[in-house]
Amino acid sequence: MAPLQGRQLAIGSAALSLGLLAAFLVIWQVAVSGNTQTAALDPEYAKLLGQTATTGASAMPSPLDVGSKLVEHLAHPFYDHGPNDKGIGIQLAFSLARVLGGYCLAVLVAIPLGFFIGTSPLLNRALNPFIQILKPVSPLAWMPLALYTIKDSGKSAIFVIFICSIWPLLINTAFGVASVRKEWLNVARTLEVSRLRMAFRVILPAAAPTIMTGMRISIGIAWLVIVAAEMLVGGTGIGYFVWNEWNNLSIANVIIAILLIGVMGMVLDQLLARLTRLVAYTE
Amino acid sequence: MFEDPFDPAAPGCACGRHRNALEHAAAARRVAELGEEGQLTNAVDTAVVRALFPHEPTRRAFLKAVGANTAMAAIAQFFPLAAAREAFAADTGPLEKTKLKVGFIPITCATPIIMAAPLGFYAKQGLDVEVVKTAGWAVIRDKAINKEYDAAHMLSPMPLAISLGLGTNPIPWAIPAIENINGQAITLAIKHKERRDPKMWNGFKLGVPFDYSMHNYLLRYYLAENGLDPDKDVQIRAIPPPEMVANLRAENIDGFLAPDPVNQRAVYDGVGFIHVLTKELWDGHPCCAFSASKEFITTQPNTYRALLRAIITATAYATRADHRAEIAEAIAPANYLNQPVTVVQQVLTGTFADGLGNVVKNPDRIDFSQFPHEAFAIWILTQMKRWGQIKGDVDYASVAKQVFLATDSAKLITEAGLTVPAPFKTLTVMGKTFDVSKPEAYLKSFAIKAA
Repeated sequence: MAPLQGRQLAIGSAALSLGLLAAFLVIWQVAVSGNTQTAALDPEYAKLLGQTATTGASAMPSPLDVGSKLVEHLAHPFYDHGPNDKGIGIQLAFSLARVLGGYCLAVLVAIPLGFFIGTSPLLNRALNPFIQILKPVSPLAWMPLALYTIKDSGKSAIFVIFICSIWPLLINTAFGVASVRKEWLNVARTLEVSRLRMAFRVILPAAAPTIMTGMRISIGIAWLVIVAAEMLVGGTGIGYFVWNEWNNLSIANVIIAILLIGVMGMVLDQLLARLTRLVAYTE
Repeated sequence: MFEDPFDPAAPGCACGRHRNALEHAAAARRVAELGEEGQLTNAVDTAVVRALFPHEPTRRAFLKAVGANTAMAAIAQFFPLAAAREAFAADTGPLEKTKLKVGFIPITCATPIIMAAPLGFYAKQGLDVEVVKTAGWAVIRDKAINKEYDAAHMLSPMPLAISLGLGTNPIPWAIPAIENINGQAITLAIKHKERRDPKMWNGFKLGVPFDYSMHNYLLRYYLAENGLDPDKDVQIRAIPPPEMVANLRAENIDGFLAPDPVNQRAVYDGVGFIHVLTKELWDGHPCCAFSASKEFITTQPNTYRALLRAIITATAYATRADHRAEIAEAIAPANYLNQPVTVVQQVLTGTFADGLGNVVKNPDRIDFSQFPHEAFAIWILTQMKRWGQIKGDVDYASVAKQVFLATDSAKLITEAGLTVPAPFKTLTVMGKTFDVSKPEAYLKSFAIKAA
């Protein structure tokens, strides 16, 4: 068979995606709707128990349960029933605000710092061990330290996003700046361009695609971190929502949260992909 | 001993200040026993007399000479004592702050703290309190220490640990009111249905909510009484209450000694059964507490007193069995416990499924009592030392006095028209008597302890 091309490829891949989704949903539905034998229980006793204990129903919800719950959530995304019970839209907004806060801070710090590191081989070598050690640390490990020193859970969450998303930015910026072609720098120098002008008119545009790649990796990490951070400090946000529904053992709501976290992460990634295309160039 | 305040005797009494006739009689007897000066315990009367006779020997001499009753009558001639009493009870001064945040963990132990919001006990004191659900004990401790919360629901050993600097920097912390007594249970996975004898639990992995918790100490006590060394024969893990049922279902643990509604939720979902209620180990044991920093108490005294009054009145409301169903409905929604109403109702009413096919009726499965007995603190300190959390000497009585604010609480309880229980001289845990005045001897009497 000849390889598919153009329009055909697009249609083919979309059909395959939908087919896989449908197959997954059918298998899921069948897997959870198996055993529903009714145990012989004293009715007074059975009244005090939940479905899983009385009918042997699976604790795992079916795709239909999840779907109906999702419709419920999306119908009222912005309700506010007090400090511990808010709509899914409000929770996502809180998470997004935190992520953007920590992420913007990381960008503000990492790009100038990465610039310096990239232009100075000495700094690059001196700081490398620190960056390599701090880069793989999990957000949850930072949290107790942050709570203890910053003494504010909201700021701690933002700090954790900052500290986890700064490394790819820093490394990519430094790498991008360090690998600007020597010829371009030499030309600039020959033309006696000032250092500042050289930084903004030569190095930055040349390193921009690499920096944007770092930013794209970082936003992914920041969005990953927020769920963990919010599960720990609680209060608001999509991570708190997951924790609160885990507390209630509501797997359906947890699945919905997973779905929304995934969609939101994809949207953020696509936004940055668009920006990357704006600064791309061909030599 | 004081009368059981939860006596099912008919509610109401002659003067209307007590819950039933029995308590009315008890209060009257207590006043009679207190003698001349004792009758002046009413905070207002004392304050007025103090203001009139600031010199203590003079005051004593005056009261002794004329008798307290005559003295008060004489003072009432020229001082509007009744009005002062009323004013004092209603308010003590402008609130320093009306918008407060109080943290809680979603368990039924926190019932008075939580219900005071939806049922208006905070509002009645002129406070606008936001009760904030928190993910775990370490987080609630850190948020309280960081002043994100003005006051917080804590496990009663936690303020002792914070004040002593165990697991954190030492910060003076206090318990002005206990929340609940009883209300915990040991729950085991269904597969251990046949292993009801703790002697068969060798190698079990058991969960407790926190290292500094009554749950930890009671579980260790229970195991040790049954000949198991909790540090060697089993593994005890700290797991936040909301995560316990999920862990039990995943077979990460064999069981837990946990607060409700966790135990009942395990039964509701068919993953566990209730092995024993902690009420059977120590009837009337404290569990959770309403706590605040010493700093909050001293810098915002009026707000603190208003908050404490709200907690005390809410606790008193919660002790009534006929209020329990209403309370369960108020605290079950997603904003608070986020549990099915029937689970919370089974916990609060004490008519519950045990997970083995029986419906058990045990009305005081959980109860609410605000008085922070210093004896409780001393017992907790002995166990902290027993399991190596405290090393070296500890001044039991003075730590207990500083952290468990029995005197403060007694004053406000009296003002609220409730009766103050007499202090415990002894406690009985699993049939063994603890003489509160001899903590070291008690500690020595245990065969199983850490090093």
